[in-house]
Amino acid sequence: MSVGEIRVPINSDQDIVSARQKGRGMATELGFSSGDATLIATAISELARNIVSYAGKGQITLKMVTGSSRQGISVIASDDGPGIPDIRLALRDGFSTSGSLGLGLPGVRRLMDEFEITSQPGQGTIVAVKKWRQ
Amino acid sequence: MEVPILKQGAVLIATFQAALSDADLNQLRMGLVQQVVKFRSRAVIVDVTAMDVMDSFASRTLREIAHMIRLRGAETVIVGIQPEVAFAMVQLGLTLEGVATALDLEEGLAYLNEKFKTTN
Repeated sequence: MSVGEIRVPINSDQDIVSARQKGRGMATELGFSSGDATLIATAISELARNIVSYAGKGQITLKMVTGSSRQGISVIASDDGPGIPDIRLALRDGFSTSGSLGLGLPGVRRLMDEFEITSQPGQGTIVAVKKWRQ
Repeated sequence: MEVPILKQGAVLIATFQAALSDADLNQLRMGLVQQVVKFRSRAVIVDVTAMDVMDSFASRTLREIAHMIRLRGAETVIVGIQPEVAFAMVQLGLTLEGVATALDLEEGLAYLNEKFKTTN
């Protein structure tokens, strides 16, 4: 089995669909349950949507990761957009600057096992999340 | 990918496909409301059985559809949310508050029949 790494450019709402389909495909190939694959695909959908709404374009990178005794999937969403001035605020439920529900980032954090965000105003945003196979 | 809208008596039935983009969803929202007006429909069933991901945008659009149709005086029932999709929605914090849901198309139609009976 060689899953390797998949990079999905995100430029439009159609790419959101394509990214989450590829994510579900990779998760299934890695042996995730169908329920977990749905959680992963939903998280990818939210991350890709953030790219489209806030940065316009960016990319999603899907990768297999290996821990000491487990396997998982890593999803990295990156863009060169305006960045997030206050990450703490962006991680709070209900906060949004684009008129969305503001559930994106805190929701994604709940869907996945690990969550990391790096962002600075004017320097884009990188959200890296992981889910481990049960 | 366009969502087919079927007319069955006073009820419109919209069946979602798996890979709907935001643009498809927006188009469906407009299409459904226009057809409810055109056919003087009393209810809309949105069948999401084939949807494998319900993210914040999709669920917000469904809620908006239901509210718009209610303003027209008609009823909306969402049917066929898959168990895994329901689980992911709850984790994400999404709710379809104030929107009727049913297990499948059959249950949705039964719900509406019961409702129309009591209001007639």
